[in-house]
This record gives sequence, C-alpha cells and structure tokens, in this order.
Amino acid sequence: MTDARPLGAGVAGAPSGGWRTATVAGVRRPVPRSVQLRLDVADRVDHLPGQHYVVRLTAPDGYTAQRSYSIASAPGDPLLELFVERLDDGEVSTHLADVVEPGDELEVRGPIGGWFVWDGETPALLVAGGSGVVPFVSMLRTAQALGRTDLLRIAVSVRELELLPYADELRAAGALVATTREPSGIRPAGRLTAADLVPLWEPGQTAFVCGSASFAGAATRLLEALGIPAESIRVEQFGPSGGPA
Amino acid sequence: MPTPTRGFLGRRRERDPRLPPGQYDVGADWPVLTAEPTPRIAPETWSITVDGRVENPTTWTWDEARRLPPSEYRGDIHCVTTWSKFDTRFTGISVDSLLEVARPTAEAQFVMATSKTGYTTNLPLADVTGGRAWLVWEFDGRPLTPEHGGPVRLLVPHLYFWKSAKWISKLSLLTRDQPGFWEQNGYHDRGDPWRQQRYQGD
Repeated sequence: MTDARPLGAGVAGAPSGGWRTATVAGVRRPVPRSVQLRLDVADRVDHLPGQHYVVRLTAPDGYTAQRSYSIASAPGDPLLELFVERLDDGEVSTHLADVVEPGDELEVRGPIGGWFVWDGETPALLVAGGSGVVPFVSMLRTAQALGRTDLLRIAVSVRELELLPYADELRAAGALVATTREPSGIRPAGRLTAADLVPLWEPGQTAFVCGSASFAGAATRLLEALGIPAESIRVEQFGPSGGPA
Repeated sequence: MPTPTRGFLGRRRERDPRLPPGQYDVGADWPVLTAEPTPRIAPETWSITVDGRVENPTTWTWDEARRLPPSEYRGDIHCVTTWSKFDTRFTGISVDSLLEVARPTAEAQFVMATSKTGYTTNLPLADVTGGRAWLVWEFDGRPLTPEHGGPVRLLVPHLYFWKSAKWISKLSLLTRDQPGFWEQNGYHDRGDPWRQQRYQGD
C-alpha cells in the first residue's frame, strides 16, 4: 500500500514562546458558560493566527493544573485574547470563568503549534462548530489587519445564535451561520450541509475544521465528499470522543 | 515553585501516584485528537513495513501480522493535552517481534513511524524495544475504531500519546533523529510524561 505524502510543518518556523506572567486586563462573559480573557503578557512572543496558549494554575501547596486555549486576538493586538468555554467538571476553565478578575496574574505559555495555523496568504475555508470559532476569529482579525479578508470563507454551526462566541463579528464578516435548533434568517434549523459549503469552496484553499470530535468528524466527511483532498484539510478537535468506543 | 494563583486550590487533593505531573484522570472518556481527516482502512488492505537500517526489510500483511505471537498491554496512557487514562487494555503484537525478523543494523538508533495518512513521529529505538512498544488492533477486547487509529496503531505507552501513531504503516530505522509531524510543529522529540517533555526545549 502507498502512503500519503508526509505531513510536514504547517507553517515552517511558526513562533513559540516559553512561560510568561500575564496580567489579566479584561474579563468579559459575552455568551453563557464561557469567559473572554484579555491578557497583558510580559515579553510576549507574537503568535500566528490559529496557535494556542497553555494556562497553568498553581495551588498554595504547589499542585498545578494546565490546559490549552485558542487565541482569538490578532498578532498586532497589544493584548492577548483567550476565549475559554466553561466545562462544569473543568478544573481550569471553572477557575478562569468564575474566579479570575482584572489585575490577577496568570502563568501562560505560548504561542504553541505550527499545524493549525493560517499563514496570512493562502486562501482558506474555515469550518467551526460552536466555540471552535475562536482560532478563526484570530484568522479573521489578522485578515482584516492585512486587508485580505477576501482570502477567507467562514462557515459556523451552533445550536442557537446566542451561544456563538463572536457572533456579531463573524456575521459582519459574511460568515455563514447554521443554527441547529432555531432558524437563522431564511435558513431553516439544521446542521451544515454540502449545499452550504459548495459556494464557499474554491480549489487551492486549505480547509481548517475546528470543533468537538463529533463535529470535526462530520465536517471533514462533508468536505471530503465535496472532493476536497484529505491533505488540504487540517483538523483541530476538542472534548471527549463520546466514550471509549 | 511558581507563585500560587490567587483563589486556586485545585480540585484533586488525593493525587493518584499513577498521574505524571500536569496530568489529570480523564476517567472513562477517551478523547480523540487528530490533525487530519480520519481514514477508513480495511484490514485486508493494511500492512506494516519495517525498513531503513535493517538487514532484512520486511512487510507483513494483516493476516501475517496476526500470526505473530500475541502481546497485550495493560496500563495507563498519557496525552500531552494533559489527560491520562488508567487501566487500558490493548491487544496486538510487540514491536520486538517485527524487529527480530527485520534485524536492525548496529548503527540504527532512531525510528520514524509513518501512518497511512502521512503522519509521522520520531522515537529513539530504545523506546520501542525491550517490551515497551506494540502494534495494537484491539482495545478492551474490541477492534480498535478508526477514530482511535484502527485497524492498527502503534502503542508506546510510556511516552506521550502522539508518539503512538494511529493508522501505522511503516517503521523506518534511522541512524540520526529526524523530527516527525508534531515534532516539526513545536513538540518534543522524546516526550516523556514523567519529565513533562511536552514542547521542544523542555
């Protein structure tokens, strides 16, 4: 059997940074069960859109817990913006959502990752489920700063519009928003379909898919069914698989 | 020790000694993390090749691999995204069984594992020999699902789980270390969870 060509670096030489102290500059809760943190990171290494950061919390006895979160801000933003979905059984996300206040200090590490990264030049189709939009917000803001929003096509699926982070920003940028539990404009309630994605797809695009494991699986199958080659699809998944299968 | 985070006590006061630093117990879940679409590979089209710095480059089909001595792993697995899963049970064959046939040459020091998808990951040879690495096709007595790397994945449970390449198709023996896919994208060349070797430079 023949193998696909080797997967390489997504963006060669993507930046990476070590541990830094971040001061919380802003805390907002624009959608339920989540928090948007604006962080002033000392000696920050500029990121590329799509990269992520690790946040580490330390208890008085030295116990630590750390998790990764996507960056929503563009590299040129003087602050680093992370968007965190609050998981009821989450040890880190509950602290970030419920306890953190402006002026707090947090240990952060980043940027990290070189695969799920947009280079600012390649046409891209961005397909997100729910809070999977966060790295795409960074890509969109970067494209706006570069004056190249023409390079991006965005499709988002969410249960209800009010649960969608950055909904206004995404819709203003022309993102297609599919709501699965309520109609969205003239679009009836329902998941993303091939008919939604066909008008957004152009040869030469890299497709980025971000969301839960089940969303990412369904979305990549949809893209492959449209004829998008597997090697042009980059996936970032979060959350459980739905059991040990 | 870093400065404590204001207001953070941590939830788990009785820390399981099986948990490496910075990890949490994911319980019954088994998160799926991939960078690419999940391929559907029929077992009859799958094969495993051992090549590179070996005296006897060899390819085994599904049926041939299943005739090698069965070997089982019972224990824990650790993902760099900070979940660990206890008491897993994987069934397959030991990588030692393949290397006994292929016979690495004296200068072979590293392995590049390649998947059907083109995913790669690099490992020191010493980490896949001596009963520390497997090719597995069953999890808890059931066929390994495509999402988890089925029909066959590499299993190197003493290293972070990205080293356990899904949809494994080739092990190439090398004289020098070369970065694989995640390793080119910022992750550590060895990935020992007990040393928190998560990223390059750790």
